[in-house]
Amino acid sequence: MITVKGLTKRYARTVAVDNISFEVPKGQIVGFLGPNGAGKTTTMRVLTCFLPPTSGAATVAGFDVLEQPMEVKRRIGYLPETPPLYPEMEVGDYLEFVGKLKGLSGADLAKRVTEVCGRVNIADVRKKLISKLSKGYRQRVGLAQAIIHNPDVLILDEPTAGLDPKQINETRELIKGLAGDHTIILSTHILPEVEQTCEQVIIIAKGKLVATDSVENLTSRARGAQSVLVEVEGVDGALDPSAIQHRLEQVAGVSRVLFRETHGKGSLFEVEALRDRAIRGDLARCVVQAGWNLNELRPAAMTLEEIFLQLTGGDTTPAEATAEANPAVAEGVNPAEGVHQ
Amino acid sequence: MRNIWVICQKELHSYFSSPIAYLLLTIYAFIFGYFFWNMLGYFVMMGMESQMRGQSFPMNVNEQVIRPLLSNISVIGLFLIPIITMRLFAEEKRTGTIELLATSPIRDYEIIVGKWLAALLMYCSMLAFTAIDVIFIFRYGNPDWKPVAIGYLGLILQGGGLLALGTFISTTTKNQIIAAALTFAVCLILWVLDWSVGFETAQWAQVLAYFSITRHFESFSKGLLDMKDAVYYVSTIIFGLFLTGRAMESLRWRS
Repeated sequence: MITVKGLTKRYARTVAVDNISFEVPKGQIVGFLGPNGAGKTTTMRVLTCFLPPTSGAATVAGFDVLEQPMEVKRRIGYLPETPPLYPEMEVGDYLEFVGKLKGLSGADLAKRVTEVCGRVNIADVRKKLISKLSKGYRQRVGLAQAIIHNPDVLILDEPTAGLDPKQINETRELIKGLAGDHTIILSTHILPEVEQTCEQVIIIAKGKLVATDSVENLTSRARGAQSVLVEVEGVDGALDPSAIQHRLEQVAGVSRVLFRETHGKGSLFEVEALRDRAIRGDLARCVVQAGWNLNELRPAAMTLEEIFLQLTGGDTTPAEATAEANPAVAEGVNPAEGVHQ
Repeated sequence: MRNIWVICQKELHSYFSSPIAYLLLTIYAFIFGYFFWNMLGYFVMMGMESQMRGQSFPMNVNEQVIRPLLSNISVIGLFLIPIITMRLFAEEKRTGTIELLATSPIRDYEIIVGKWLAALLMYCSMLAFTAIDVIFIFRYGNPDWKPVAIGYLGLILQGGGLLALGTFISTTTKNQIIAAALTFAVCLILWVLDWSVGFETAQWAQVLAYFSITRHFESFSKGLLDMKDAVYYVSTIIFGLFLTGRAMESLRWRS
């Protein structure tokens, strides 16, 4: 449905997208994963004919974005990062306007507006001004405008950014429900989001393609280095962290133990397990047998940064990832989500 | 054609769902009313004086009320046009809705003409309010209607030209205030360009004066439909809209 070949987009001084190629088959949901500034939005803008590529080609439903933009635009629904809303319009009027822009008219238009309102659950605010809507509703209206003309391809740029946990889940379910009829590309910097909604993942960093893979493969790769946070405290007084570290390293299935910090009398360690090994039970037993207090034992959230490190062999830490990925996971509201599954 | 109308309707809706339209209509109607009252008052006084002296001057309501009225009011347009055009593209660029328009299956020129047409209709509705005053002249006087119609046509053409330039300026910035200030500066300069012929007789001064937007209004205010002046205004419209098209294209290649 979507083919991208050797796509490069250069701005005045920077290369935003560097020689990216991928394909998206019909009816799939593909997650476009990468830290902010990785080139996700730029790639999407090229696909929606908003920006012309510097070199390379992209086709949507067999139409080239440079040669036949009108045909491409007719088949694409696009939700930019900030939903393109006119605050002074009522929701219903706005959707009618967008419908007309996309070429709908008459009874067909009225029918589609009603259908779409039902689909994304905004029928109750149809008569409201967009400026009066909450963030969650705005996002849904944004989604409604993207699907109003029933496009073959849906391109969603961070559709869950800035929503509360309940809204995030609703939006994800909504997007899942749209798959099948539509081919969907959704960008995000939140890993669990991809795990929950997508079948295929495309990872980019600094404008370069890092990996394209199925979600199962990606997550099992990620789990290969699953780690656990352990806080240990001596029963009477503080212990030497290196002694604990040494002891923990002896536990079967542990590949690496890192000392993180001291919490009062306790010391916090990050314990990395070998691939597919459950080590939490053994760790707990080991600490208790040594006569120490086990203050805390929990899975460490797998951050996007770590996945990047893994996928790129540790040599290209995206500088932005350090800053962006951690708050992003926190913003994803359920930091442990990625690990539990 | 249909897409132009879709865009135009949406823009008109934006004008009239915000205070801008009502503010402009009120200001324009008030200023026009004040000018009208002054011109008419002076005209009536002259008429009474000529009666008291027993000698009748040739009095003509077209020449003595409508012509100066339209000339003056054409200048008021220069001040209000920036307010009409400032938000056309600047607002879309600021809120990101330009992405919606640019990724919809419509052509750039349809967006541009639609927006300009909405601005022109907004301006025309301001002119329509002034008809209230003009109706009184027809009710109590006996003016020739043709010069009045041509005068209004001139106002519409002049407005169309400036609105096209304002539309272009609005594409160059995300900030409405900057768009308004620049448009105002351009309108003002185009107004005073012909001052140069007052002291300079060289060729270049003549050329400069030719570009003055108010100079071409003189024939219209006299009730003459001069092709040369009509062509000037129509070319200004086309030039402004052409620049807007270029600006939208460069937006895509640069951003």
